[in-house]
Amino acid sequence: MSNELDHTHDEDHGHHHKETFITKYIFSQDHKMIAKQYLITGLFMGFIGIAMSLIFRLQLAWPEKPFGFLELLLGKWAPDGVMDPNVYLALITIHGTIMVFFVLTAGLSGTFSNLLIPLQIGARDMASGLLNMFSYWLFFISSLIMTISLFVEAGPAAAGWTVYPPLSALPQAQPGSGAGMTLWLVSMAVFIASSLLAALNYVVTVINLRTKGMTMSRLPLTIWAFFVTAIIGIVSFPVLLSAALLLIMDRSFGTSFFLSDIFIQGEVLHYQGGSPVLFEHLFWFLGHPEVYIVILPALGITSEVLATNARKPIFGYRAMVASILAIAFLSTIVWGHHMFISGMNPFLGSVFTFTTLLIAIPSAVKAFNYITTLWKGNLQLNPAMLFSIALVSTFISGGLTGVILGDSTLDINVHDTYFVVAHFHLVMGISALYGLFAGVYHWFPKMFKRMMNKNLGYIHFWVTAICAYGVFFPMHFIGMAGLPRRYYTNTAFPIFDDLADINVIITIFALIAGAAQLVFLYNFIHSIFYGKKTVQNPWNSNTLEWTAPIEHFHGNWHGEIPHVHRWAYDYSKPGYDKDFVPQNIPLKKGEEELQH
Amino acid sequence: MTLLLSLILLILVTISIWQLTKILELSQPKKEETQVANDQDNQTQGVLLFAFLIFIYILTIFSFWRWGDVLLPEASSDHGALYDNLMWLTFAIIFFVQTITQALLHYFGYKYRGKKSRKAYFLADNDRLEAVWTIIPTIVLAGLILYGLYTWTDIMTIEENEDAIVVELYAQQFNWKARYAGKDNVLGDANVRFLQDFEGKNLVGIDITDPNGLDDIVTQELHLPVGKEIIFKMRSQDVLHSAYMPHFRAQMNCVPGMITEFAFTPIKTTEEIRMDPDVISKVRKINEIRKRNSEELILNGEEPLDPYVFDYVLICNKICGVSHYNMQMKIVVETQEDFNSWLSNQQTFSQFIQ
Ligand code: HEM
Ligand SMILES: [Cu+2]
Ligand SMILES: [Cu+2]
Repeated sequence: MSNELDHTHDEDHGHHHKETFITKYIFSQDHKMIAKQYLITGLFMGFIGIAMSLIFRLQLAWPEKPFGFLELLLGKWAPDGVMDPNVYLALITIHGTIMVFFVLTAGLSGTFSNLLIPLQIGARDMASGLLNMFSYWLFFISSLIMTISLFVEAGPAAAGWTVYPPLSALPQAQPGSGAGMTLWLVSMAVFIASSLLAALNYVVTVINLRTKGMTMSRLPLTIWAFFVTAIIGIVSFPVLLSAALLLIMDRSFGTSFFLSDIFIQGEVLHYQGGSPVLFEHLFWFLGHPEVYIVILPALGITSEVLATNARKPIFGYRAMVASILAIAFLSTIVWGHHMFISGMNPFLGSVFTFTTLLIAIPSAVKAFNYITTLWKGNLQLNPAMLFSIALVSTFISGGLTGVILGDSTLDINVHDTYFVVAHFHLVMGISALYGLFAGVYHWFPKMFKRMMNKNLGYIHFWVTAICAYGVFFPMHFIGMAGLPRRYYTNTAFPIFDDLADINVIITIFALIAGAAQLVFLYNFIHSIFYGKKTVQNPWNSNTLEWTAPIEHFHGNWHGEIPHVHRWAYDYSKPGYDKDFVPQNIPLKKGEEELQH
Repeated sequence: MTLLLSLILLILVTISIWQLTKILELSQPKKEETQVANDQDNQTQGVLLFAFLIFIYILTIFSFWRWGDVLLPEASSDHGALYDNLMWLTFAIIFFVQTITQALLHYFGYKYRGKKSRKAYFLADNDRLEAVWTIIPTIVLAGLILYGLYTWTDIMTIEENEDAIVVELYAQQFNWKARYAGKDNVLGDANVRFLQDFEGKNLVGIDITDPNGLDDIVTQELHLPVGKEIIFKMRSQDVLHSAYMPHFRAQMNCVPGMITEFAFTPIKTTEEIRMDPDVISKVRKINEIRKRNSEELILNGEEPLDPYVFDYVLICNKICGVSHYNMQMKIVVETQEDFNSWLSNQQTFSQFIQ
């Protein structure tokens, strides 16, 4: 890599001084390097998170069967290879936290916002490279703290990724609520600081640094998605931070924000007048928007990948932007659908049902527009394209069950069951993961100057796609049978004995899915060093990042930044021989620019 | 045995994936310049997309055929019928949309697979189409919202009345207690501060200075008279729990420091539901499984499992700590006479603390 980079230095323009190894690879302020740092940290955390899910799936399929290697792995937490129930809870908690925040928020949004915002809007870098570097390093520190929390004597946080008090507030309530929970809270506080710095940077960059001609109505949908996601983050993350701070106060300084009238381990505690329901409100004020923070960037990536590979404009650009905005607005007023039966006033439940089902409308519009984008296209079925199509598929499958969960009445009996686990994994977990994969396959050449192997990509895709449905589709049935989530085993209830074979099948699919990720890992690492060299614009794409030279240097373009003359979706436009017209190509005489 | 087979299967699959990657890599023409999909790839992947559609359908049908019987039996509560109707209506709509949209998505993926010789159709917008698929979901959702809110209000409006009986569900790590109001049908005041009174015999912290509490009855089993409205008052002494009674389509969180409520009328006694054909076949299936498991246990010199008889259960459905997965209480729904005689055999609070 380095020999290609060196000779660009003399042509380098702008504010440049000699870069050392440290400023280039570690404390880099270049958005492209920061993107790669986010990606690699995110993938690393992702593998930890997925490995955890496989371990606790073993317990669910073969409850309390001894697995020798578990004892090796978990030591005293799996005596004789049988996992301890507290450890089960710790594993799902850390799995959920890692997947939602570290992989699909920082790993996904951090990677692609950083890589694409400057490159696609035509900017030399983020508004503040320094803040950008800080936000990565804060993310790194919070990942480190979260990882360290796994090794705490009494075990890591185990109150579920939603960390509801009093369970999370009282070390007497479970061992994980001691030092493990403290580290969890500290890690999340640092994580939130990192997200806020990053989000501010994204917003300022998109508003101020667009190149000439890049009006808001010409922005690629990727950028719209990242931009709106950053705004949602700025609105909602501070609320989680305050919830975390208040919880820290209750835990360490004896305040009673969330606690009242508690008797535990033979002792009446002094707390008076607080309410756990308040915490639930604060948590979900972030928690719900968070799922859109996770999914919107994935949808943005999908828009770009679908249009490019369908060789066809994205259908209904304006409707797509409008639905991103509508989703963003509505996402901040639906949090109560997680609390229909929390004891909150039922009338409030009615209001949240109303707003929640409203959000189905812009989501449906997006799905229909994606499908129409494929219609009469000339589909180039690259791995990225397949992941994007599969994203639309899981987004629909998972989104539809949202109509059940969002309806306060129906939620009564499926709330907190495996039905919910099936729903959110499909609509948010798997969909966003597909968005991440689509992004990696599509922009790998931009990041690493080489291409990933497509056949390995196909294998990775098909095994993952089949197994994802194999894991999460049958879970709906377990949930409809009434099995609560966060259960160490369902053998305590004979009534659930007939779920055993479903659990075995799910686990087998999960293990195969896990194995398929190793194919991806191999392909990723191998291609970084030995992949085929890429050409400048391998997918014949319209967006500006492909007008930048293959080799990386701080500043992105030699000489002047290209000007923009059209939207990003002039694929197969009549009147042109080629089936794409990049954004920097001026309109021909008499050519109409659609839409604007 | 299943374990062993599954592990072997897993290893085989892993190996075959590995082999497949190797073969594909070797069979790749060395001259290929790029890793961009060519017409050949588009052909294969397009066909696979279509096959994937069939996979989704088969998985759906298979799941219903194989696991349709694990679902809950018909509701055993008054409002449950309303709930079940809304559920099936919503399900019908979801299935319809799922079937159509997945078909279009994957079929288009197959039909329009790329060829060098073709060019895509330049279509950026169509206001009429977009209006259609904004308005239709809006109408359908409006219908669902109205129906849903009507049922919700119906279920959640709880009026204290003469006919209803009041029962407290008391949650603690990791078990449940029920408290009946006694003759006066009024629950006495209670608070966790009183839990240590009477050497711990004050099981749910009844306030001794409130006369309403003296005839209250605390039990370890939940008995309910059929056909009578039950108003549940939920309390928790330590962390959040959730009182989940799936057969009655009933659930409400138990929150420390606060009393929450839920009400329903049971309409089938335990005896009656044991006669339900769905329940009979479910119990038979479960007993077959338990028998098989018992054989294995006996081989290992352990106690066999008891045969299973259907009972309603109250389940904890909010993560509450190490034994969350085993926090349950048996529910017995019986005739008013049976209920009365059971209740009169229980000790009142004032008797119990003597
Ligand atoms: C191989 C893939 C995966 C498998 C097999 C898997 C499986 C599971 C299972 C069985 C649970 C526990 C359910 C419970 O007891 O409540 C769970 C929880 C969870 N998973 Fe996954 N998961 C996978 C991937 C993901 C992904 C990609 C995400 C990203 C959003 C995710 C997010 C979560 C969350 C948020 C929870 C909830 C944790 C909690 O209850 O506190 N998972 N997962
Ligand atoms: Cu939500
Ligand atoms: Cu509990």
